[in-house]
Amino acid sequence: MDALKLETRSQRYLFRKATERFAQIGMVLCTAVTVFFLLTILGYVIYHGASAIDWEFLTALPLPAGETGGGIANALVGSVLVVAVATLMAIPIGLGAAIFINEFPSARLGRTVRFLAEVLTGVPSIVVGLFAYALVVRSMGSFSGFSGSVAYAFIMIPIILITSHEAFRLVPSSLREASLALGVPKWRTILGVVLPVSSRALLTGAVLAVSRALGEAAPMLFTAFGNPFWNLNLKKPIATVPLLIYTYATGPYDDWHKKAWAASFVLMMVVLFTSVLTRAFLRGKSHE
Amino acid sequence: MNNGGIHMSDEKSYTADSLQGATDFPAPNNQPLIAPEEIRLQVEALSAYYGNTLAVNKISLSIKTNRVTAIIGPSGCGKSTFIRCLNRMHEVTPGARVEGKVLLDDQDLYGPGIDPVDVRRRVGMVFQKPNVFPSMSIHDNVAAGYKLNGVRDRRLIAEKVEKSLKNAALWEEVKDDLQKPGTSLSGGQQQRLCIARALAVDPEVLLMDEPCSALDPIATAKIEELIHELKDTVTIMIVTHNMQQAARASDYTAFFYVGELIEFGETGILFTTPRVRQTEDYITGRFG
Repeated sequence: MDALKLETRSQRYLFRKATERFAQIGMVLCTAVTVFFLLTILGYVIYHGASAIDWEFLTALPLPAGETGGGIANALVGSVLVVAVATLMAIPIGLGAAIFINEFPSARLGRTVRFLAEVLTGVPSIVVGLFAYALVVRSMGSFSGFSGSVAYAFIMIPIILITSHEAFRLVPSSLREASLALGVPKWRTILGVVLPVSSRALLTGAVLAVSRALGEAAPMLFTAFGNPFWNLNLKKPIATVPLLIYTYATGPYDDWHKKAWAASFVLMMVVLFTSVLTRAFLRGKSHE
Repeated sequence: MNNGGIHMSDEKSYTADSLQGATDFPAPNNQPLIAPEEIRLQVEALSAYYGNTLAVNKISLSIKTNRVTAIIGPSGCGKSTFIRCLNRMHEVTPGARVEGKVLLDDQDLYGPGIDPVDVRRRVGMVFQKPNVFPSMSIHDNVAAGYKLNGVRDRRLIAEKVEKSLKNAALWEEVKDDLQKPGTSLSGGQQQRLCIARALAVDPEVLLMDEPCSALDPIATAKIEELIHELKDTVTIMIVTHNMQQAARASDYTAFFYVGELIEFGETGILFTTPRVRQTEDYITGRFG
């Protein structure tokens, strides 16, 4: 006890205590700054966007430039369509590659693929757009929703690959062994044990990739291109929400600026609801 | 260490106790101490490696049908590696390989054209820690050997599940909760669930790799009782750290030390009058 008392009075103890306090305050400040900017962005978009939203905005087509009114229905549907097709392409490829590098480990190949995927997530999305332009638009001869999907898929694949790979790494090898030891072939072990056990993390990863794609405008510039009319044909140019935000925000009309805010708000809500719904779904599943 | 000496005495104990299994050794003239019994597994000069590290060195053993054979020895002596070779689970570890022969009813499990998947259906395994599939109910865990392999016959599965759970002495405790997750059971119950899962596919041999090391004494006693009941229908090999367990539960015991088989014989004889000094030192607690 004496030693402890002495220790509490010593200068070194006081110094340590001050350092601790200082570090704590520092971390609280960092968190506060992060949350502050996040809330500011949210608040700003809600402030400018929510007021401009009405039924017409969500269901009508855009009016000719300069006229007030109209909506973004075609861009909403276009976004959903383009991202959905991109998801259909990206999930099998990203998941397949993740299964390959995790379950059939050649250490060097796995590391290389993983490294490339990490590099790919860092490639600027406009470069991805240019690549899709060179690959699809040039060979098909026109801007198209499909080329937009390809561009989005390129953005989604590395995200899905990395999140799925992490998910598979968390599946204990004892479960794989349990299945193999029952005389279950490897591919059935992967389908019947590894995928179900990691399904929650896989879904979270896929949702993350979808959210990321939903918000990207740059890859759409040279691919989906935008379209003021209704179009459900992926071979033709198609409107998407982020592209519309870009066009309206950089345009000269006040009404366009208002619509850009409103569209941002809608986009944000869509992404938010996707995350919230996924979480709710996963929570429901874990209570089974 | 006098390896030559060990091998000599090893040979003697081997031939004395299990004459008919000793194909690797010159036939001796002395009478077998026990009546010849049918041999289920014949291991011949089995060596196992991890990369370039030798873990099991040229072990030969014969395992009697419907008897319990225990493998004892200090940590890292190759016990687990050895039994993992008997259902071709050793090669699941990257870089691991096996030399030698394992004859199951005269068929070499490492022979050309033998599918490890088929081997594992005939030679089941229970692991050190209960590895219940967390994505499956109690019922589906037991049925995993069928369901994961695409068997859909519900009547057959229901029959097997009930029979295996009864054989694993778990039926009375879980019969009303078959649809609950397997992970909702206690540790001891989970291990019996794993035994039921392994028994469900009707293996000829059941390998148990320290099945009680994660369990309390009561659960351990239940598993030992279970081993005693199961040996009427299945050949059991059990790796254990616990010498009392080996003495209680097994008919034959093999003592391993640094990858070598030091002594093998009837449990009663090995524990009371071991032939090799090292065995005696180990079972009397002088080392290990």
